[in-house]
Amino acid sequence: MKINKKLIINGVIAIAVYAAVMGLVGAGALSRQMMSLITPICVYVMLAVSLSLVVGFLGELSLGHAAFMSIGAYAGGLFLIGTEEVLPTVVSIPLAVILGGACAAVLGVIIGIPVLRLKGDYLAIVTLGFGEIVKSVFNAMTGITGGAKGLSGIPLVTTYRNFTFVFILMLLVIIVVAHMVNSRHGRAVCAVRDNYIAAEAVGIPVSKYKILAFVVAAFLAGMAGVVYAGNLGILKPVNFDYNTSIEILVMVVLGGMGSIRGSIIAAVILTALPEVLRGAADYRMFIYALALIIMMLFNNSAFKKNLIDKKNLRHAEKLQKEA
Amino acid sequence: MDLINAILEQILNGLRTGSIYALIALGYTMVYGIAKMINFAHGDIIMVGAYALYVFVGVLKINPVLAAILTIAVCALLGITIEKVAYKPLRNAQPLAVLITAIGMSYLLQNVALLIFKATPIPFGSIIKVPSVKIGALNISGLTIVTLVVTTISMILLTLFINKTKMGRAMRAVSEDKGAAELMGINVNQTISMTFAIGSALAAVAGILYISQYESLLPTLGALPGIKAFVAAVLGGIGSIPGAMLGGIILGIIESMSKAYISTQLADAIVFGVLVIVLLVRPSGLLGKMKIEKV
Amino acid sequence: MALLEVKNLGISFGGLKAVENLNMKIEKGALVGLIGPNGAGKTTAFNLLTGVYLPTSGSILLEGKNIVGKKPAEICQAGIARTFQNIRLFSKMTVIDNVKVALHNHFKYGLVSSLIHTPGYFKKEQEIQERAEEILKIFELESYQDTLASNLPYGKQRKLEIARALATDPKLLLLDEPAAGMNPNETAELMETIELIREKFGITILLIEHDMKLVAGICEYIYVLNFGTELANGTPQEVLNDPQVVKAYLGE
Repeated sequence: MKINKKLIINGVIAIAVYAAVMGLVGAGALSRQMMSLITPICVYVMLAVSLSLVVGFLGELSLGHAAFMSIGAYAGGLFLIGTEEVLPTVVSIPLAVILGGACAAVLGVIIGIPVLRLKGDYLAIVTLGFGEIVKSVFNAMTGITGGAKGLSGIPLVTTYRNFTFVFILMLLVIIVVAHMVNSRHGRAVCAVRDNYIAAEAVGIPVSKYKILAFVVAAFLAGMAGVVYAGNLGILKPVNFDYNTSIEILVMVVLGGMGSIRGSIIAAVILTALPEVLRGAADYRMFIYALALIIMMLFNNSAFKKNLIDKKNLRHAEKLQKEA
Repeated sequence: MDLINAILEQILNGLRTGSIYALIALGYTMVYGIAKMINFAHGDIIMVGAYALYVFVGVLKINPVLAAILTIAVCALLGITIEKVAYKPLRNAQPLAVLITAIGMSYLLQNVALLIFKATPIPFGSIIKVPSVKIGALNISGLTIVTLVVTTISMILLTLFINKTKMGRAMRAVSEDKGAAELMGINVNQTISMTFAIGSALAAVAGILYISQYESLLPTLGALPGIKAFVAAVLGGIGSIPGAMLGGIILGIIESMSKAYISTQLADAIVFGVLVIVLLVRPSGLLGKMKIEKV
Repeated sequence: MALLEVKNLGISFGGLKAVENLNMKIEKGALVGLIGPNGAGKTTAFNLLTGVYLPTSGSILLEGKNIVGKKPAEICQAGIARTFQNIRLFSKMTVIDNVKVALHNHFKYGLVSSLIHTPGYFKKEQEIQERAEEILKIFELESYQDTLASNLPYGKQRKLEIARALATDPKLLLLDEPAAGMNPNETAELMETIELIREKFGITILLIEHDMKLVAGICEYIYVLNFGTELANGTPQEVLNDPQVVKAYLGE
């Protein structure tokens, strides 16, 4: 029964968020800047949630998530350009999203191979390397991607005007990840994270689940990439360098590793923050950096530990009284 | 003959950039060996070094040699401060928390530089004024000679320091087993501070050489050599000092060769491709120690 | 046919022969002990049996089929489960999830079911839940279901590890020093649990142990290793009175 209650709460939250955004946009209560933030926020939520599958649940550090996003973005973008006059958007958008996800998943398999051999920091640098390779290749394929000048003319099909579609897609990504985590597949992934030797010993094919986590995360990030492409209309390889991957990683870590809800909240705040700080202009990145350090220090401080201890103590006392 | 000369020239170019990468990679590898963390802000120490040199020479008009020494001191101090303020409180936290803090520190340094010096590049001529040398048809620039000499001396000094001094022995002990070193009476905090100081000082040297080559100051100038040097450290086997030197030089040569003979655009892809292949064959880098988990 | 037959099993690490010429025959339903001084190669033998190490020579027959060269996960599926000397739990997962992981290969549903939670998913998950609770009950861990494995007291962690191994429904259970670090009360409790497992599940058990009282108390047959080779084997009585065994343990 507990699960159902949670489900209802989450459903209510989702509907409330959707209604609020639709209402605000409809009433014209949002500034242009705010409206232009709607799709990016959804995109980053998708990216953060998908990366949390690798970082939070598989426990491997990936610094190349933007590569999956970029493959999806370019594949979907090219598809949207090519089918603009042939297919109605109702058909072309879902197809582009699936295509983008599939292309990213293929890259996920390729990147998955070193994942089987490497761990920790070595894996992190290899994923970063893959990201940079993908970026360089997009840069060099001037004929198809427009190189550094960018791929322009992508139909703007996933801006805030199409919020319903974008929102549904975002929910889909969240639901898929949340469902996977609560399944035999997700448990296997977590088991690999906690102790791969023990996981093997209880019959979990470790390699299969490492790759599975990477491929699912890649697929979802590819989907996010398509939405990104349809919102901006122009793609440049620079948009997908390691800084973007790090941004996504920061969201996952700040959200609390292994917490999907945390990743979502962190993605929303961190995507909106630079825009909210627009008034502070030059200082906004400075504040962002400072906030990042202070938050990490606070999370691991004795002060916070004391707070948690006190809370636990109060909880224990309460239980004792009840008994 | 022309081809051989051209290739030799590219190798020399590669050695020059490679030895700068090696200097930076040493910082990564030493800090990793001792604090078991990737100091993402290390690349930005190069940037700080470059700006510091500019302030000392370009603004305050101090003698270049003295300015270089001051620059090194500033960076060493900065390294110690960063460790004390941001990393030390996280020594027992999970590695990812430390990594994110280091990333935050990297952003912070870049943005402080941005606030002070603004985003427009500042032209800054090289302080190294050594005439070039001609061997046969091969022309070796003064900068290349100075870079190679300075890095060689730095590496020799570092190796002697690590292997022959008490502090160096303490560093090796702490990187082997922090707890045991502490029980043997080694001051771990002091040793870690020293490591950050040396790593940052080497980054300052790299920054001086780097800015003498590129002659233009930008708040983000440390990011790219930082990442490349990180790759070099991993290529050589992170935690291994000879590995960092080797990795840096190999990386520099591969980069300059691919830029000259394959494609400028794909040079980065090739560098990373080599890294991926090396790690697939040797998962802990060229000279890194294989770690086998005991069951 | 014996359940497990080990023939001339050996492994060397760069010239060092950690295990050499090991022969064992374990009948179905037996409770066998593997003893020997520190460094005798007991855990290495376990690692060979479970596919963690690839032997340099010899064969391991489980119900007559050679399992040498199979991966650990495949060997588990073939019917050998184990615990570890240094406890290896899924520490950030709950107690019940630890057991559920081990049920992975017994209650299957596809990836699609798990991504969109089909009715099949709910049905299987219900079965998994029931089975996991059943197993926890046997080990008196049911009240700890939702505790993180790392927060369990030491003795209970050892128990959970055995429960998890049992959940894979093995034919042969390998216990690597199950009583290590336990106080006499906990050891006594453990002996009862092991007896219970045999009665309830009819599982064959091979255990490594230093606690002689435990070994002599419950094992029917004992193999003694020393310096990687077999020193003796027989009933507890025979083995413990063997002068060679006494010499290996106590010196001359």
